[in-house]
Amino acid sequence: MDKEKLAFLEAKAKKLRYDVIEMIGHFGVGHIGGCMSVMDALTAIYYDKGNMDAKDPKKVDRDRVVMSKGHAGPAMYAVLRDKGYFPEDWITTLNKNGTNLPSHCDMNKTPGIDMTAGSLGQGISCAVGMAIAAKMDNNPATIYCFIGDGESDEGQVWEASMYAGSHKLDNLILLLDYNKMQLDGPVSVINELAPVADKWEAFNFFVQVVPGHNIEAICEAIDKAKANKGKPSMIVLDTIKGYGASFTEGVANCHSMSITEEMWRKETGRDA
Amino acid sequence: MKDELEMRRVLNDTLIELSKTNDKIVVIESDLQSCHLTNKFFGKEYPDRVINVGIAEANMIGVAAGMSTMGKIPFALSFGPFATRRCYDQIFISVAYAKQNVKIVGSDPGVTAEANGGTHMPFEDMAIMRAVPTMICFEPTDAAQFKAAIPQIVEHYGPVYIRMFRKQAEQVFCDECMKDFKLGKASKVKDGKDVTIFASGIMVSRAVEAAELLKAEGIDAAVSNLHTWKPIDEEAIEEAAKKTGAIVTAENHNIIGGLYSAVAEVVAKKCLVPVEAVGVNDEFGQVGKNPYLSEVYHLTTADIVAAAKKAVSRK
Repeated sequence: MDKEKLAFLEAKAKKLRYDVIEMIGHFGVGHIGGCMSVMDALTAIYYDKGNMDAKDPKKVDRDRVVMSKGHAGPAMYAVLRDKGYFPEDWITTLNKNGTNLPSHCDMNKTPGIDMTAGSLGQGISCAVGMAIAAKMDNNPATIYCFIGDGESDEGQVWEASMYAGSHKLDNLILLLDYNKMQLDGPVSVINELAPVADKWEAFNFFVQVVPGHNIEAICEAIDKAKANKGKPSMIVLDTIKGYGASFTEGVANCHSMSITEEMWRKETGRDA
Repeated sequence: MKDELEMRRVLNDTLIELSKTNDKIVVIESDLQSCHLTNKFFGKEYPDRVINVGIAEANMIGVAAGMSTMGKIPFALSFGPFATRRCYDQIFISVAYAKQNVKIVGSDPGVTAEANGGTHMPFEDMAIMRAVPTMICFEPTDAAQFKAAIPQIVEHYGPVYIRMFRKQAEQVFCDECMKDFKLGKASKVKDGKDVTIFASGIMVSRAVEAAELLKAEGIDAAVSNLHTWKPIDEEAIEEAAKKTGAIVTAENHNIIGGLYSAVAEVVAKKCLVPVEAVGVNDEFGQVGKNPYLSEVYHLTTADIVAAAKKAVSRK
């Protein structure tokens, strides 16, 4: 990747993180940690590797993004807003009465959201269904699906993975936000997911483990995933929950936290 | 008299027929293709439009929802309990809340699960599916009615639950008399002036028998088939209440949340008359043949007769 492009993507990811902080800040509380950890991968997809168009948000052959860890809605909204899927001023409306930007992704409320999610474990099955349908119709769409490491406690994640591997859904790219923290504490204490790569390899996935905040590495992994035929892909994003904000990064209880106006203005440098 | 065709065969044949002009219909199974014959019939005709996800009902419903977002019209099948309560949250969120166009078929309703027993015997499937906003809940009576209903189910955009007896049903209707069939509108079986029996599924033919027996005792009973439990035909219920002044509901299902509840909700709102329930009274299933279990759970013709008399006496 050339330096200029990489610099653009890195700056974009930083800006989008600030948007998330501001968005949650306008409401006062939200799922900040898991939004910050997926932002580099979302930037790689929406600003480099993906085939989507804000001017034609329902085009049939577009790539789909399913945020199965649906509480990362604000991360999706930051991207979709920046891309022009909806008006910029919606940033102040997150979770407020009558909003089109609810905590968890809702395909019937927010332009550009491809699947409703929030009850963990369900989005991955829907992504598998999309991949099956795309193959049936010779639709070239790639189906990207983000799952959480805590979410992987859900049995449905494994039902869906088993089917995807068994049926060689190579148009499906799973991205695991491996930030190693879930709501009640460390994944390793609550329900150990390691050895994570081995698990999906055993489910017949093409598995790559990448530093989850290195956009260049994520883009390369997506290229390799697309080139690898005959298996679905798992890209394990080795991430830090809350990455990119001083008050969240590596903070144990940043799954959902309060953000005051003073906090988000100070963090983003955005003046009143 | 029993139908010539099994209900599962009607489903296969009708979907095959519709698929000649509709390439969106797909069938999703969770390892029960042999029970629904979708391997022998629909799958033989359209092998590329059948997905068998294995014994994974939650994934089945999610896959169906995902395929629906891509424009497909999935029919997801399993035995009643596994097609509903096993994957209830998936149906609620991925299908209904997400406004997806998925048709769910739960087979072997109530006592018709017979030798599979309590684990496989849904007495509550319609109750829980009724509680899903936007879900249409439908129990076909016989082959002629099912054949008439399936095109309307395909035509309707939105989630539908079909409570399907798999085998040959007792014939109540004919193709000719089903030409005006409408989902959500009761199918009248016979007129009467003293009491109306609203029946569904296997209970419809028993209600017809009951009406015959009641006639001998001087009670003129109307029989109406409420195949669609949601949206319920409020007009038909109000009309029956006003005309006959007493109602009996007959269902192969728990009366809690089932047809009795659905009818009583309307009666309470529109026109208060006595309503007697024939149905399972808050119990689990068990193994046994349909006639035996029908005695055990009080679902027989005699039970309908007794309920009708009681309803009339309460007027």
